[in-house]
Amino acid sequence: MEYTIFILALPVLSFLVLALAGMKMPHKVAGAIGTLSLAAVTVLSYITAIGYFGATRTAEGLLPVSTPWNFQWLPFTESLHIDMGIMLDPISVMMLVVISTVSLMVHIYSFGYMKGERGFQRYYAFLSLFTFSMLGLVVATNIFQMYVFWELVGVSSYLLIGFYYTKPEAIAASKKAFIVTRFADLGFLIGILIYGYYMQTFTFTPSEEQLMKAGMVLPWALGLMFVGGAGKSAMFPLHIWLPDAMEGPTPVSALIHAATMVVAGVYLVARMFPLFIGFAPETLHWVAYIGMFTAFYAATVACVQSDIKRVLAFSTISQIGFMMVALGVCTSLDPHEGGLGYMASMFHLFTHAMFKALLFLGAGCVIHAVHSNEMSFMGGLRKYMPVTHITFLIACLAIAGIPPFSGFFSKDEILTACFRFSPVAGWIMTIIAGMTAFYMFRLYYCIFWGKDNNSASREQSQARLNYAEAQPVLGEAKDNYAHHTPHESPVVMTLPLMILAAITIVAGWIMPFGHFVSSNGHAYDIHLDTTVATTSIIVAVVAILIATWMYAGKTQPVADMLQKKFSRLHYAAYKRFFMDELWLFVTKKIIFRCISTPLAWFDRHVIDQFMNFMAWGTNAAGETAQPIQSGKIQTYTMWFLGGIIILTAALIIL
Amino acid sequence: MEIEVHVLHYLVISTVMLFCGIYGFFTRKNLLALLISAELMLNATNINFAVFNRYLFPGQLEGHFFSLFGIAIAAAETAVAIAIIINVYRNINKILTDDISEMKG
Repeated sequence: MEYTIFILALPVLSFLVLALAGMKMPHKVAGAIGTLSLAAVTVLSYITAIGYFGATRTAEGLLPVSTPWNFQWLPFTESLHIDMGIMLDPISVMMLVVISTVSLMVHIYSFGYMKGERGFQRYYAFLSLFTFSMLGLVVATNIFQMYVFWELVGVSSYLLIGFYYTKPEAIAASKKAFIVTRFADLGFLIGILIYGYYMQTFTFTPSEEQLMKAGMVLPWALGLMFVGGAGKSAMFPLHIWLPDAMEGPTPVSALIHAATMVVAGVYLVARMFPLFIGFAPETLHWVAYIGMFTAFYAATVACVQSDIKRVLAFSTISQIGFMMVALGVCTSLDPHEGGLGYMASMFHLFTHAMFKALLFLGAGCVIHAVHSNEMSFMGGLRKYMPVTHITFLIACLAIAGIPPFSGFFSKDEILTACFRFSPVAGWIMTIIAGMTAFYMFRLYYCIFWGKDNNSASREQSQARLNYAEAQPVLGEAKDNYAHHTPHESPVVMTLPLMILAAITIVAGWIMPFGHFVSSNGHAYDIHLDTTVATTSIIVAVVAILIATWMYAGKTQPVADMLQKKFSRLHYAAYKRFFMDELWLFVTKKIIFRCISTPLAWFDRHVIDQFMNFMAWGTNAAGETAQPIQSGKIQTYTMWFLGGIIILTAALIIL
Repeated sequence: MEIEVHVLHYLVISTVMLFCGIYGFFTRKNLLALLISAELMLNATNINFAVFNRYLFPGQLEGHFFSLFGIAIAAAETAVAIAIIINVYRNINKILTDDISEMKG
């Protein structure tokens, strides 16, 4: 499988071509370069996947782990060296398929979405860079290569969030995303260093002897690595960057902040899974608790947001929480004995990537049509945008967990794993799954049903015009906000929606996912736990019915009433329970004031003054010594004679 | 009464000459006086060479040769130095060391 090197080489080549060829390239050419190279990558990924999963299993019934490429990059000692290479194992091959598929869809979609946008070529260059980094991350042969690509992913995310660099919010959001994830990556790096220091290796599969050396520190190393993963995967309380990251172009949100990059943390935990199970089961359960809280928190916040991309962002956080919980509730490597969560998590990662990308791309179409992210500008769009409507509905049903859509199967596996761990966890997750169904259908009804705000009264359009005047035309607003009927997006945008919708419909029951990915590598037959499945379907249907009752009508009396009655709670949830304010308080008031300000004072008054003193002292010494060098031979000879006399006297005396 | 000329006498003479030269070199400002002082120091060493050769190694001639070399070099040096001094005087019309500072950086 030596051709896998092209999976990495093609995106980086297209990045270099697009980035270095100047910005004068016609848009069609630039887009074609990016999209075609990505299409080739997708084809290669599929060939790899078919070849890999189709290969004969070893005698133990495992899929062989192969490293078609590997070279030593930085050797430190005999066993401790940083390698760069490509490793193929079930989850990395699965991720290759996910990333290349979603990335290709986003590339195609962006043709329509970013049409005529300034910086079109830059956009495609960054997309290629991101795809390269993400692919490099998943095929990493060792933890350090993963870290290198991890940071590259962070940089490309930063660049793409700040794509509209004339917009202050986008700049702030990109900086926030970068700093928060960087802060978390500090934990990851320390974890890697502990791992490397004690084990003398960076590989994912250390030998028994190396594991013995690490002993008690392994849980710490793994826990710190999880901090990095929590930062990238937006786990509470490091989730604050993800909702703001929605300032980037919508296809970017679909690719990076929904489908691929944010699941890197889940992927990391899955990568280290055997070590977690073997040496740090408590740490793994903490992963579950954090994931559970995050899922719940994000679900509550998602219920009240008014910006559609923010709703989707919080739903992403919640769903990643599901994946983390699924990994965290595992107690052994055997999928029949409590290792089911691993498979469930990877399965959910796969299906979630597809339907969440679909949701974001659908939201992109809606934003494209109404030129706003706010729900209050939407409503009744189903008449105008039939394709978007149907595909969005499919994705909503999938995320809500309604059979036969893919989300049902993966979510059901997660719930089963939770119930096996403890019934409490199972019930909590079931309730959160119900909340998911509720807020997704709230979103769906607010966009596509309800009052038609578009053929609306005069004052409505007037209000929108005022809004347009208040907002300088930047970023996603391509033409002005002038009142026009929303329309379906061009084919280049709806085609990816249809493809992703098709995947969402079939992915759950056509693909024998457990055969490919399972915690111990053996083929595992997915079988539905009927009790869990029935419960979750009932909860989901009830939640959808409540959402229908509350939001489907022209007016929303129940929702308004609840909002009035629980105005404080609503406000708190709308403000994301003041987590951003809390972080600001911690950073500005505590860290800046109590640590940074004294440090700055110390720096300015002690360090700088010491340096100034050194400079002043040198200067003064020079001033003092300067007259000696008068240029007068007579003075020099006088000194010379003095020296000689002293030396002679010394010689005579001694 | 005849005084025997001892090596010490020569050395006293040469030391006096050397220190006269050094004193002159330090204190005089006139370039010509400096030159004369340098000649005094040189000649003090020449005397030493001749004396040591005459009294310590009578059968050899190195000391004499060295004094001859010293005289020849002193002559050449004087010629060059006087040429420089004359040129300095012609150009800037000064001959005292304190006044000659045009070339100083």
